Amino acid sequence: MKRSTSLLLVLLLALLAGCNREPASTAAGPNGVAKLKIVYIPKNTGNPYFTEVGRGYEDAAKEIGADFATTAPDKADASLQIPIVKEQIQRGVDVILISADSADALDQVLDEARSKGITVVTVDADLVGNESHRDAAVLPADFDTIGSSQVELLGKLTDYQGDFAILSAKRDAPNQNVWIAKMQEALKDPKYAKMKLVDIVYGDDDPQKSTTECEGLLAKYPNLRGIISPTSVGLAQSAEVVDRAGVYPGGAHAVGKGLQLTGLSTPNQLKEFVSKGSVTAFQLWAPYNEGYLAVYLGQAIHDKKITPAPGGTFETKKFGVMKFSPKLEIVGGPLVTFDKSNIDKYNF
Amino acid sequence: MKWLARRETVPAALVILAFIAGFIESPYFLDFRYLLDASSLYVETGLLALGMTLVIISGQIDLSVASGMALCACVAAKLLSLGWPTPLALAATIALGALLGCFNGLLISGLGLSSVVVTLGTMAAYRGAAQVLAGADSIKFPANLTGIDNVKTLGTPVPVPLTILMFAAIVVGLVLHRTVLGRWIYATGTNARASFFSGVPTAKVTVSVFAISGMLSAVAGLLIDSRLGVARYDHGQGLEVDVITAVVLGGASIFGGSGSALGSMLALLLVALIRIGMGLANVTAEYQLAVVGTLLVVTVMVGNLGEKIAASKSRGRPLAPEPPRNSPQESHT
Repeated sequence: MKRSTSLLLVLLLALLAGCNREPASTAAGPNGVAKLKIVYIPKNTGNPYFTEVGRGYEDAAKEIGADFATTAPDKADASLQIPIVKEQIQRGVDVILISADSADALDQVLDEARSKGITVVTVDADLVGNESHRDAAVLPADFDTIGSSQVELLGKLTDYQGDFAILSAKRDAPNQNVWIAKMQEALKDPKYAKMKLVDIVYGDDDPQKSTTECEGLLAKYPNLRGIISPTSVGLAQSAEVVDRAGVYPGGAHAVGKGLQLTGLSTPNQLKEFVSKGSVTAFQLWAPYNEGYLAVYLGQAIHDKKITPAPGGTFETKKFGVMKFSPKLEIVGGPLVTFDKSNIDKYNF
Repeated sequence: MKWLARRETVPAALVILAFIAGFIESPYFLDFRYLLDASSLYVETGLLALGMTLVIISGQIDLSVASGMALCACVAAKLLSLGWPTPLALAATIALGALLGCFNGLLISGLGLSSVVVTLGTMAAYRGAAQVLAGADSIKFPANLTGIDNVKTLGTPVPVPLTILMFAAIVVGLVLHRTVLGRWIYATGTNARASFFSGVPTAKVTVSVFAISGMLSAVAGLLIDSRLGVARYDHGQGLEVDVITAVVLGGASIFGGSGSALGSMLALLLVALIRIGMGLANVTAEYQLAVVGTLLVVTVMVGNLGEKIAASKSRGRPLAPEPPRNSPQESHT
């Protein structure tokens, strides 16, 4: 009988060992070539947005010949990122890239990492207000240019002519309000003299309300040439409405040249409508760029090729020269425009 | 064969296995200083588990431990930010913890309500109170009290929180095994009715175990504030599950009447070693959860088997079917 107990214990050991052998390749031996060891800690596992950032890391890591690994807690909780950072310190990594789940709870452990010579770069989610606890940050996009990029995209789609409306998120949504203000500023450019913003409506990022608001716009302005919806819920719901009403260019009920719907969204949400033709083009920042830049930035700082300083520069072959903001942020680059020609290359 | 019946046997054996497994899976594992350092991240869970051990042995459950910890953490940071002297603020926090526990205990023993229902309610209420107090933001903890996990104990490489946990474990162990209260706790958990009619003050026992659990939550709250440098309402959200897991893995019966401080601590060490080992090998969190979950089921199975074998091998003792509310007591007397 005693034997059966020990048998069970042995089985358990086998289970433990079996589960663990799988990723052994990522834990490269300490006597290997002195490759740069980079690790990325997203907020949690299984998030497609961070998977897309991950593609950028992998490409860049391959280019510079670095050893790259990703590890994350199973749910988004800053206190769960702490043991992971400690583990990576113990594994002796050179660069930690992290999408911080808290602006302050990670300060202590990141200080510990940096005191051991590890370079810490935040990606996509920064330590807002506690920027001194990391070396630099890579953020998705320059918020100041989002408004003007959106107006320019709509202008291109409508030959810079006609009435258009904005379908936003909540009336007090801080990001959207900044972008809308910048759109209005951009419209003062004589280039856009023939484009007229006739209405701003708010769908509250609620599918039902966004649908109703979009239908309202179509009823109120039959000659509308464009709608900008700088929020993914609003844009996806409007696409549904425009598709059903058939008012898009070439649609069954198109008035004149038809209505161009555009805005900000992740590509997966609009693939269907782009392939049908009810949406021609829309934009978002590129998570891929963030990942790519973060690896190069981490390497450059770790190898002491650059020291981040406000107004200082950082260069990659792919993206050219970039400038550090006063808070030592690097921006992932201009918005990416998704249309029929490229949308299938993205999956997030 | 008596050792087979001890419910600590299985977790103790597994701790040794986890050491071996950790050594095999990562070259960075066998570093004593690091293991001590990394284990100190589990101290808050450990303190809550000690309180939970008492509560579970007495036949109850406390789902509000993690919420109580968060509330105490927020209150402590608030008091300190209002300029209260440190000793006073710390004492007030621990008193608050005891009070939160007493509140649970009084509702359960006084009104005869189920501890699941009562603490399910206070779990939400305490967390809610913490959120009202702190809002969505963090409350900064004073810099001179931050980073206790980086302070070592008197020349040893043992981080201070770990020493606090070991001290608390010894005290709880002594209370359980060397005091009248301890015997009352086991008796109440084994059969509350019979204990009551034998003169055990069962209501007092219930209030006491919840009060101790609350006090330990308060200490855990102070430690987490110091470790993170901030107090937040969402400290340790969902931690009660890990806590109950450790206690049950450590051999306590969820029906009351059995369990020990040593068992709970061994189980916690086991979970910590497994997670540290797998973490160092960059095994993702989902796999870690799956392994810990499997372990729990297997441990409970093996533990029961061991007990039955021991019972059947002891001379003149028939292999009796185990009544659900009555676990064997021989290991505690």
